[in-house]
Order: sequence, then structure tokens, then C-alpha cells
Amino acid sequence: MTASAGATIDAVVDQVDIVADQVVSLVLRRADGQQFQPWQPGAHIDVHVGDGLVRQYSLCSSPEELDHLRIGVLHVPDSRGGSKAVHALLAGTPLTISEPRNNFPMRESRRYLFIAGGIGITPLIPMLEAAEAAGKEWTLIYGGRSRNTMAFAQQLEDRYGPDRIRIIAEDEMGRLNLDQILAMPRAHMLVYACGPGGLLGAVEERCMGWPPGALHTERFVASTLGAAAANAPFEVELARTGTTVTVPNDKTILEAVEEVGVRVLSSCRGGLCGTCETQIISGEPEHRDAVLTQEDRDAGEIMLVCVSRAAAGCPRLVLDL
Amino acid sequence: MTVITHDANVLGEDPFDTANLLDPYPFLGRLRDAGAVSYLESTGSYAVAGYQEVYEVLTDFETYISSGGLGPRDIRKDSGWRPPSILESDPPIHTVMRRALTGVISPGTVRALREPFTPPAVELTEQLALRQRFDAITDLAEKYPLRVFPDAVGIPDVGREHLLPYGNMVFNAFGPENYIFKQAFAQGDEHAAAVMRNCQRENLDDTGFGAQIWKRVEDGLISEQQATLLVRALLSAGVDTTIFGIGNTLSVLARYPEAWAQLRGNPKMAKFAVDEALRLESPFQKFHRTVALDTVLGGVHLPAGAKVLVFLGAANRDPRKWGENADDFDLNRNASGHVAFGMGLHQCVGQPIARLEMEIVLQQLLQRVAAIEPDGAPVPILHNVLRGFESLPVRITAG
Repeated sequence: MTASAGATIDAVVDQVDIVADQVVSLVLRRADGQQFQPWQPGAHIDVHVGDGLVRQYSLCSSPEELDHLRIGVLHVPDSRGGSKAVHALLAGTPLTISEPRNNFPMRESRRYLFIAGGIGITPLIPMLEAAEAAGKEWTLIYGGRSRNTMAFAQQLEDRYGPDRIRIIAEDEMGRLNLDQILAMPRAHMLVYACGPGGLLGAVEERCMGWPPGALHTERFVASTLGAAAANAPFEVELARTGTTVTVPNDKTILEAVEEVGVRVLSSCRGGLCGTCETQIISGEPEHRDAVLTQEDRDAGEIMLVCVSRAAAGCPRLVLDL
Repeated sequence: MTVITHDANVLGEDPFDTANLLDPYPFLGRLRDAGAVSYLESTGSYAVAGYQEVYEVLTDFETYISSGGLGPRDIRKDSGWRPPSILESDPPIHTVMRRALTGVISPGTVRALREPFTPPAVELTEQLALRQRFDAITDLAEKYPLRVFPDAVGIPDVGREHLLPYGNMVFNAFGPENYIFKQAFAQGDEHAAAVMRNCQRENLDDTGFGAQIWKRVEDGLISEQQATLLVRALLSAGVDTTIFGIGNTLSVLARYPEAWAQLRGNPKMAKFAVDEALRLESPFQKFHRTVALDTVLGGVHLPAGAKVLVFLGAANRDPRKWGENADDFDLNRNASGHVAFGMGLHQCVGQPIARLEMEIVLQQLLQRVAAIEPDGAPVPILHNVLRGFESLPVRITAG
């Protein structure tokens, strides 16, 4: 096993900055002075915030700089206490975190449209950097209540310019006009969206006329199991075949299952077409496809094994294969 | 950056002549050998035959638009014979209609069809297993989808006899106005009127896909006309292609007895057999797109307004994608990525329903038939764009 769900790192809070109203940015370094493992845009870390609480925060630093990690945390007054604890941290405080993990990987394409709502900007920042470095056509639409609540807005605008970075502050110009933004699907354009559930729901609804698989979202809604992050290796028991395979971080369930000679019908192999739909006998999946409706997901009976994985804290899925 | 382009190889052969329609594969091989993109003198269009280029055309819906129609004429200049369907529309019109279908045809709604779709397959295959020989097309492939699919859409019994002739018109119109086209349209007005009637809300039952689509009108997502067109799209796209899919699968399996034996041992593989057969004998072989803006594909300059004839059937046998045995049926091949259902924005919405029908029929036949072999030569159907058979006599051993 290359990593386990429970592996932790001793880190230190190196720097605390208030980057917007109710938003702090923490720069973290390893306590042993070593570098962090390489990570890809979209990655997050678990932060152990005390009292057994573990929260996931997206990385908004540059994957090119592995001597530190940066997260941005919004203070949510009515939350279960995670953000409050983080906001209380001071420079120099030791902190237990995980290595970066990625549930929101950035797929290769020709064009990108990034949509951020409020603190949802964080995982997109390294993506903008990657898209820019690769010379892709890209735009960020960043919505928030007012400019002073929108972390990193000014830095991003300064760095990439107002053509690339569209800041939509509600108190100045109203809310994001998603009908307009998403009215015309573009060929080979992927949409990466992160923000509050309401925004993501509205984006999902409008992307239904886009090519299957164009939209990628990240929601920080904990699975019912809560706890540690997904994207750790997990086991898949194949009920019909009677074997169990371990799915490592760098393989899909589909690939791992095919390697032991079990066949699953698939077509796009990217969570787009629904062909590899598989019955779940037990365990909780983390759905990463663009096909299943919320009703399908709530029923918990099927998953698309070409992209989806075991949920955080679910070490074993039993599938009807 | 300078893009180096060359002129397309000009081909004198006609993909729509009788010989090439009845046995398309030798021609498709020559077409691929001529280059990824060729110019067809006979049709005045560009032919795209390589997997990579076909994939590019299918996924770049901005450059290769659908609103020019899937036939050889540009219906933007020269109005078509019927109001354009979802398949012949681009965003934003396409977007509205596609959004309306999301959730209507979903994994959940399709899974629920397994139950009603199974008994008719049991009944048909039980009857056939009592016989030593039958026609896999007329006795099975044509019967099964017509038994289950119109019910799933929820159309009345009256007028169902128009579905096949109507589908025949729709698909033949993706080719030139040759004698095949003219024959298909002989009683065109009558068929079209009957199908359109069955797409109206008052003629649909309350539970089928048709009613679900009409519910989107109540939700304010689409207009009444769009609902009619979407139901029409399901009816015109969902019958012939599935019939051909079942027939083509059996035509392949009858030629590969070892594959049948393997499937008998493991009927769960039925869906893989169907998928590989769809790759090898793709029911929907070709259609047109229109070039929106001057572009370059496979090193060939394509001018705005040009028609591109996209050969799905050639891409699905391209050795650069599928290997040297691309022309063989290989039950163990991973056929994922084939373009028999298209790809990208316009990929077949009904794909999961078609797959379900094909899998159920094959599984039921496998339960009752120990061996199947050709009993005389199959008769290919003369069709402008679909690949299938009029007749496929088979001999079976029950058991």
C-alpha cells in the first residue's frame, strides 16, 4: 500500500493572513522541514482540527512549490466547529494534516471554464496556473457577495488580467448570470466549478445540455461516513467472481477489476456515458460521474466504476461483478 | 504556427452505389487507405474514415455542425422535408432539448425497463427454440423491439405499422436522393403524418417516455412543438437501429460458433458480445456534418459550408485503433470507445435502452439455443446509411 487513509503528517502553521472578510489563509510547512509529496491541481488535505474533528480544505498554493501548502478557510459561524477552530490558529501552532489527496483532478482538454462561488475559489487557483502554463484557452468566473468577501480576487485579477478573470460581486453587478455563462456549450471545453451547493446545483442543471462529462464539480459535503478523505486505496470485493482486488490511488476500479480478468462493459471510461453502471451490494461509493441523477445517488444501489471510488472512510465496496 | 495542408485524395468511387451498400467493407478499407480525409466526387463531400478524425468531427460540434442536416444537402439553405430534430440542431436549440431529456432517460428509468422487457423476449425465444430453423431478422430481430419499445414510449397500438417505414425514410434521407431514397419516400406523407399524430400528448399514455417528455412542457423547459419533435426523435431513432443491432449481432454470432459456445458458458458476457458486434457491424454506418468555418482535418483543408460524410463504420474497423484483427469478431476484445452510438454532444440518448433490448434478447436466446449457424446466405438490406439484413436464415440446436 502506498498510503493509508489514516496516515498523518506533523505540520506547523507558518503564516496566517486574513485574505478577505471571514477568510483566513494558512501557510503550512512540515515539522521535519521536508518537502510535501507532489500533488496536482484540485487536491486537498485533511486537517485535524481537534476534538476528533477532521476537515478537508483545498490547496490554493502552487504545486510547483512543495516546501509549503496554502489553504483558505471561510469562517462558517453555524458549522460544526471546524472553521472556527482553524480561524483560532496562530503562526507557530503545530497541526496534524494528511498528505495532499485529489478528488477533483483536472482532465486534459483544449479549453477550460472555471466557475467559483466564494471560498470555492481555492481548488481552482492551482488549476488556473496549470491552464495558463499549458497555454490553454481559459476563463474564470468568480462570484461572491462583495469584493471584500472574495479571497484572492484582486491577486488573480492582477496576475491574469480582467479578460481572464471575471469578478462578479453581487453588490456591484448582481449574481452570476449562469444562463448567460453556460448558454452555449463549447466543444472541448471543460467546466470546473466549486462553491456552495446551490450554485453547483444551478451549474449542473445548465450543463445538462453540454456534452456528457464536460462538467466537473467539487462539493465539500461530507459523506455519511464523514471522517478521513477518499482517494486512499480501498478494496473491492467481486461478489460473483469471489475475488477481492485492491484499488490503488492511481487506478480506477474498472482498471483494477479488468487486471484480474473480470470484464465490465464500458464505453467512454470517463464517467460520461453510463455504460459501466455496476450494482453495489454493500459499501458507500463516492460518485465522480456526470451521469447519475441525485435520485440514483441517494438510492445508493449503483455506481459507475470507470471514475467513481469508495467514499471516505469506506475501506471496502462489494460489487455485483 | 503554420499548418501544413495538402489536398484531399479524390475518390471516384460512390459509397452509395449498390455494391458498396450491400457489402461496404471492401470500400471502407480502400477509403481508409486513401487517407484520413478524402474528397468524394460522386457526392461532392469530404469523406472521413479514420478513427481519430471521425472522433474529432463527432466531438468538435462547433466546427462540424449538425444544423446543416445529416443528409447531403444543407438544410439551412434548402429546407428539409421535416422540421429539424434534436439530431439536426446545434446549441442553443440543442441545449434546450437535451436538457429536457436528462432525467427522462437515465440509468434509473432504463433499469426499470428490464422487468417489462424480459417476458416478450422469453416468449419469442421459447417459440423459436421449438423450431430447427428460422429467420433471425423477420422472426426475431424485427419482432422484439416493436413489441417492447413503442410501449416504453407509450404510443397507441393504432399506427404502429408506420414506425418501420418511417424510420426507413428518416435514415435513408441521410444519403442522396437516389432510387433507394425515392422508394423509402413512396408513401412518405402518410407515414410521417401517422407518426406525428402519435407524438401528440393526447395520444400518449401517461407513464411512458413520451409523457415524461411532455411533462417538461408543463415544467416550462420546452415548447409543445419541441416535445413533439423529441418524441418523434425517440420513435424514429429507436426502432430500426435496434432491429439492425439485434440482427447484426446474430449475423456475427452465427459465423462464430466458438463465441456462441463461450457465451453459453457465461451468459453474463452477452452485453460484451453485443458491444463487439456493434463495433464490427455498426447499424448506423454514416451521416453528414457541415463545416461551419474553414478548418483543417487530418492535414486537409476543409472549406466552410462543405459537407463531411462521417463513416462510423470505417472508424470502428480502423486497424490503427483496433489492431490488425479489426475486421474480426473477438469476444475478448475491449470494444469500448467504438462510435456506433456516436460520441460527444449528439451521442445517442437512447443508447442504454438499445443496449438493454439487445442484451435481453441475446441472453434469452442463449438460454434456449445450444448452437446457431447460418442456413443459407444472409440478405443484406439495401439502405443508404444503415447496415443490416433483410433476411438471416439460421439453423439451431435447441438445448
